[in-house]
Amino acid sequence: MATKVTTPKPDQLVTSIDFTPPKTGWMDTPTIIKPGTFCWGAKGKNLATVEFPNARDWNPSDQDWKLPENWQEIFLKGMEDLLGKYRSFKVFMDICVRCGACADKCHFFIGSGDPKNMPVGRAELLRSVYRKYFTASGKMLGKVAGARELTVDVLKELWYYAYQCTECRRCSLYCPYGIDTAEITIMCREMLNLLGLNTDWISGPVANCYMKGNHLGLEPHAIMNSIEGMIDDIETVTGVRVNPSFNRKGAEILFVTPSGDLFADPGTFTCMGYLALFHELGLDYTWSTYASEGGNFGFFTSNEMAKRLNSKIYAEAKRLGVKYIIGGECGHMWRVLHQYMDTWNGPADFLEVPVSPITGTRFDTAKVLKMIHITEFTADLIKHGKLKLDPSRNDDLVVTYHDSCNTSRGMGLLDEPRYVIKSVCNNFYEMPENTIREQTFCCGSGTGLNASENMELRMRGGFPRANAVKHVKEKHGVNMLANICAIDRATLSASMDYWVPGVRVTGVHEMVANALIMKGEKERETNLRGEPLPGKEGN
Amino acid sequence: MNNAWKIVIGVVIGFVAVFGFPFYYNLGKANVAPKLKYDTPAILEYEKEHGKKECVEPKEFMAKEHMQLLNTWRDEVVRYGQRIYVNSRGESFHISLQNTCLNCHSNKKEFCDKCHNYLAVNPYCFSCHIVPKEKQS
Amino acid sequence: MKILIPFFAVIALVVIALVGAQASHALFGIWIPYAAVLIFVFGFIFKVLKWGRSPVPFRIPTTAGQMKSFAPWIKQNKLDNPSSSLGVLGRMLLEVLAFRSLFRNTKTQLYPGTKLTYGSEKFLWLGGLAFHWSFLIIFVRHFRFFMQDVPYPIQIVEHLDSFLQIGAPLLYITDVVLLGAVTFLFLRRVMMPQIKYISLPADYFPLLLIFGIGATGVLMRYFAKVPVVSVKELVMGLLTFSPVIPQGISSLFYAHLFLVSTLLAYFPLSKLMHMGGVFLSPTRNMANNNREVRHINPWNYPVHVHTYEEYEDDFREKMKKAGLPVEKE
Ligand code: SF4
Ligand code: SF4
Repeated sequence: MATKVTTPKPDQLVTSIDFTPPKTGWMDTPTIIKPGTFCWGAKGKNLATVEFPNARDWNPSDQDWKLPENWQEIFLKGMEDLLGKYRSFKVFMDICVRCGACADKCHFFIGSGDPKNMPVGRAELLRSVYRKYFTASGKMLGKVAGARELTVDVLKELWYYAYQCTECRRCSLYCPYGIDTAEITIMCREMLNLLGLNTDWISGPVANCYMKGNHLGLEPHAIMNSIEGMIDDIETVTGVRVNPSFNRKGAEILFVTPSGDLFADPGTFTCMGYLALFHELGLDYTWSTYASEGGNFGFFTSNEMAKRLNSKIYAEAKRLGVKYIIGGECGHMWRVLHQYMDTWNGPADFLEVPVSPITGTRFDTAKVLKMIHITEFTADLIKHGKLKLDPSRNDDLVVTYHDSCNTSRGMGLLDEPRYVIKSVCNNFYEMPENTIREQTFCCGSGTGLNASENMELRMRGGFPRANAVKHVKEKHGVNMLANICAIDRATLSASMDYWVPGVRVTGVHEMVANALIMKGEKERETNLRGEPLPGKEGN
Repeated sequence: MNNAWKIVIGVVIGFVAVFGFPFYYNLGKANVAPKLKYDTPAILEYEKEHGKKECVEPKEFMAKEHMQLLNTWRDEVVRYGQRIYVNSRGESFHISLQNTCLNCHSNKKEFCDKCHNYLAVNPYCFSCHIVPKEKQS
Repeated sequence: MKILIPFFAVIALVVIALVGAQASHALFGIWIPYAAVLIFVFGFIFKVLKWGRSPVPFRIPTTAGQMKSFAPWIKQNKLDNPSSSLGVLGRMLLEVLAFRSLFRNTKTQLYPGTKLTYGSEKFLWLGGLAFHWSFLIIFVRHFRFFMQDVPYPIQIVEHLDSFLQIGAPLLYITDVVLLGAVTFLFLRRVMMPQIKYISLPADYFPLLLIFGIGATGVLMRYFAKVPVVSVKELVMGLLTFSPVIPQGISSLFYAHLFLVSTLLAYFPLSKLMHMGGVFLSPTRNMANNNREVRHINPWNYPVHVHTYEEYEDDFREKMKKAGLPVEKE
């Protein structure tokens, strides 16, 4: 399994992009599962932990996927079930006119030229099966009606392309009927999971999160250790020792953020940002080690799994008796919180409508969910002049901002983070308008595709985003890519190193903390990364 | 959820309203095609003289193509000053809506308007020409 | 193949009608149209209800602009990211009447080196809009054959459509636009490699069929004229459920009618159902007020979760050692 996969060089990769479709029709073009473009198969023990079917070790590059005898029946039964549960799925299977408006909107198509990576192509892979088994014309006319049998090869193809979609919904934005290929991928992955066809990179975090509360599998003391390290670093930089609490009953606010922020740079700097900000405000809040994950890799397996993982947030808020919840910077986390959490695990009537204890602002737009986004919270503080900020401390940065797919197309949180960024740094430039806000491009590695064995795929998918960054780098000298997503912080770092060396990645609250003048702080020499502040380079 | 059904019902009702419209709009109405009258004094006189009623061209042709013929006539006169029309039987006619056509069909209401109203056609002949006084036997 | 099958299918339909109508006017003038309308109406309703039977478990609008913010000083994009029913109505109207999403269309281009651009690309929007609107106007205009006394609004539509006053009978602008737009949509499908690659016979068939309908219609109006009074008599006979077959209607009309009947009968079985489906698309017809208004999933069921108690059981000693409060000592 651990064969070394090499990733082509950027110029090799670009020249390999060919938008000319193959001579043979897509149904007759066999899919080759290419190293570098897929993730390792799930491990049996991880699937078993969360009671997923057909738990076994398997390898996608093997001929034999160790499917159950009646796999076809299971898959089709699952499909029927989902068609009955989701109007979206049924309607999207029926009404696509193949106008192609979505075709060149997908970063994976742009980066690969593979027509099966056009959103409509991806959807047709499954739609053809739908036609064969669920429509009269497909049953009767077969291929003429665009229908095909569900064979093992077709199943493999479905798997391969369901894991080349980051469910970013960019296609859905341009479709005249709002057909959301992300939704189709979600359904497809759910069916594949009935056969145990998951990836290691997703099922591992899911099992971790289920048992230990977070994707990384950090146990309670490890979380505290990690944060203690950050506390030390904050003290070194600012001279202020922050003092967060964990699992504390009676706190006013529960803070939940993706565990990625606890673990690796540059996410940890963002996390230090939260810690410094909350300390400065004297906020009565607590972390939880049980609900220590804002993200939800369960969402990339099945709806039920997503709900199971998500349930911890409200459960913990209830146990601790907090008034409301603040959520950290993360993309898919907020899609799940915004569009699913209350429906799954609400109503959270044991919580109160969020009110900022500092400004008194009532967050009525979150009056049912009782959870607000940290950039909403911070934007409100800044607007009310509650933070002392020195944006010049970020003067070495020329910043641009990447909208996460999920917060832009599954929520619409666009101007709050921008307001915060513009308040804490002086040099801000937008990327071209077709690549930001609702039209933003995916980092290329969302929905659990941020493994390392599929690096080629990730770099292909990351190409459009990186290309827009490159544009503003060349035009304005941009050297810092800000975002509000833990996965972005990890994946965009890799994609910048590959495509646009010299541009680094930051969370918004890292910049906030750098600009924040804290009570009792010493004269700062460095930023949170330990690099000299502008004007202090000589020291 | 309840909202979801509302939309479904809305779509069905909207659909039936639009596509059922021609059916229920005509409910209880009889289907009567217009009957034209060819009994003006001039026509009766022509019949007496020639032993039959006939137009400048055969009736079937006139029914389908009169608009084109009139159009050609107009162009002939206005653009080329040509005032004589020779028909398929070799007879010559003075090209004139008012003096030729409407001389016989002096019953616009019972003749022109019948079909035009039935089919909601609004020819613009009479935005220039004067509507002659109705004559009928 | 993907183009030839539908092409010959349409040709065959025309031939069937031309020949068949000679044999039986009643079949092509009465029974087939009736059957087609029945299939259309009931098929359409059946399909919509079938969609309707599946619930909308989650509120999943695709948001396309700034959401309604907690802060009054951040301006919401009310049409592209509506938070109220009124806003949703506006969004749907824009979508259905003006093809809002297609208006956003861009064209991605990769230049040598690593330069990607996304130029605005409005032709699909324009072509689609031209096609659908001219189709609608032509349909509305046909109401002069569908109603005993034609209401004034329909006369206005007809009047405007022919306001150029070209030729006699007056040329309808929409006739030209429709045929032009269908041709454009067809050529686009054939000439753009990606679109061609994903096109199915079911994509070419309706285009060719509609082209056939338009062409026979144009022929009847401008070139091989049919006695319209008789045509209306036939149509009115159908609509008042007292069918008649007037004499002297040419086969061309029956061909037109047969192609329309085919379109109607084909409609509910095909992608043409996007006409109904667009209204039911949950990414468009829902308000983005998720955090403000509760959405109920009718099949929501309890799931097996890993509770805090179980978690504490797993880690109690470690938690205690780290100084974390525990529920059970
Ligand atoms: S834009 Fe929509 S209708 Fe057009 S091909 Fe894509 S999914 Fe189908
Ligand atoms: S959701 Fe995103 S990744 Fe998936 S098909 Fe659409 S554009 Fe591509």
